[in-house]
Amino acid sequence: MSEPSASSEIDLHAQQVGRFRFQDKLFHYITQLFAMVVLVVLLGILVSLTIDAWPSIKEFGPSFLWTNIWRVPDDQFGALAAIYGTVVTSVLALLIGVPISFGIALFLTETCPLWLRRPLGTAIELLAGIPSIVFGIWGLFVFAPFFGEHIQPPMQSLLGNLPIIGGWFSGPPIGIGIFTASMVLSLMIIPFIASVMRDVFDTVPHVLKESAYGVGCTTWEVVRNIVLPYTRVGVIGGIMLGLGRALGETMAVTFVIGNANRINPSLFSPGTSIASTLANEFGEAEPGLHIASLFALGLVLFMITFIVLGVSRWLISRSMGSEGL
Amino acid sequence: MSAQATTSSQDPALLVRNLSFYYGDFKGLSNINMEVARNKVTAFIGPSGCGKSTLLRTFNRMYDLYPGQRAEGDIMFNGKNLLDKKQDVNLVRAKIGMVFQKPTPFPMTIYENIAFGVRLYERLSKSAMDDRVEWALKKAALWGEVKDKLQQNGLSLSGGQQQRLCIARAVAVKPDIVLLDEPTSALDPISTAKIEELIYELKVDYTIAIVTHNMQQAARISDYTAFMYLGELIEMDETDQLFLKPRVKQTEDYITGRFG
Repeated sequence: MSEPSASSEIDLHAQQVGRFRFQDKLFHYITQLFAMVVLVVLLGILVSLTIDAWPSIKEFGPSFLWTNIWRVPDDQFGALAAIYGTVVTSVLALLIGVPISFGIALFLTETCPLWLRRPLGTAIELLAGIPSIVFGIWGLFVFAPFFGEHIQPPMQSLLGNLPIIGGWFSGPPIGIGIFTASMVLSLMIIPFIASVMRDVFDTVPHVLKESAYGVGCTTWEVVRNIVLPYTRVGVIGGIMLGLGRALGETMAVTFVIGNANRINPSLFSPGTSIASTLANEFGEAEPGLHIASLFALGLVLFMITFIVLGVSRWLISRSMGSEGL
Repeated sequence: MSAQATTSSQDPALLVRNLSFYYGDFKGLSNINMEVARNKVTAFIGPSGCGKSTLLRTFNRMYDLYPGQRAEGDIMFNGKNLLDKKQDVNLVRAKIGMVFQKPTPFPMTIYENIAFGVRLYERLSKSAMDDRVEWALKKAALWGEVKDKLQQNGLSLSGGQQQRLCIARAVAVKPDIVLLDEPTSALDPISTAKIEELIYELKVDYTIAIVTHNMQQAARISDYTAFMYLGELIEMDETDQLFLKPRVKQTEDYITGRFG
């Protein structure tokens, strides 16, 4: 009597195991499908951008990238001014934003009194939540006039006569321009970079920091020699996240950059960026070379972000390799 | 309850008087009085949570890093009170080194792990620094194993080697006192034996205070042993004396394994 029941129990068990295995497989395929969607979307965007940009690519070839011309009536298009504006505003925004973010993250994790830590952290996250259009309106109506009236003139009289860099600060102090766009951008990326940095600084084991304090380090020495090397990957990641956002930021930049399709050595003069050119011109662009060139601009922006990502990967792997790990 | 613990040493490296310690409102140490004898090994034993690590962490003001932790009383070191607000903490920590339970090599090369701390307080030429690194690694009985890979990351070493690297790092800055907080509890028996040997040799040059969970270890390597319980120093004596003829009942119960 006991034997059949035992074998039926085994059958039941095998059945259950079979069902579990099926569920596991199903789950595996479903998640795989979701992951594949990412690849499909990425490739799809790339392909459709290329197709739509094709007339422009065929007409101008690679010289599209280094031609500084954008004449809609003559159907003459080159991306240099937009690329210049995009890269310069983003790099400037990083130059302003990264040290400030670093200071914020450092204060929050190392020296901030406990009672202030949470409110300050929340405030930074709130800053990240402000829609970019709000930054744009504020930049155009509040910040730009203030900047043009109270900050640009003293900066010009201080720096304008210096050799080489003096030219960066020449021109009429009208408030809007490349530099203003960079400042607004830096405000927008600070919360991202600062909160990523804070989170990675928090991952440094207490005992590692204590060991460094234990040989007599000051807070700065601990940060410089222990915290930063330990969190290098995360810090670079945070900066790249900010750079990615700065490169693609559209609304706020469109409001304050001045939208002049030319390259001027002065940072105080109006310029344009890829994203703001797209935002400005898509509505009224005629089908044909103009639209195709706008798509080509989009493709260029896509490529720039790719390159940024690639460079950051390379930086990370190189700095890990140099440590003898 | 807390016994006045004295050693035969006329010139103690540390003199602790009426030391109490607070984690916020919780009293972690109450009224500790003791001495840490110069060029001897002093062991602290007791059940978990008895305050032995806390006591060790007051010796180099490590608790300063955390808001809400504070100490009262005196710890005299070279004629000055360590707990004095005006005392420069970084200087104290350079003079009183510490090694932790888990090995904590810095994220840099083996060479830099040692040179880093030295560079903070001394300006040495390249060759003098090379000598110092070699000297410290020899002191920590690690030189033979790492001399060909000084430029490798400290994290590439085994756990026992990492811990000896940390000891070398602590020794390299030529401190007066080395504090060891359960330095072998994460290590295998062979590495443990090496480090115990090392501690025995280091006391020629340094004063050593070690917290340990392992009573045999305390018996093997220390000259003085302090037994702590619930934040109080119950008994402190020469190690042989304490283990063979404890004066207090609680000490006897603990070392014979009746509680803790």
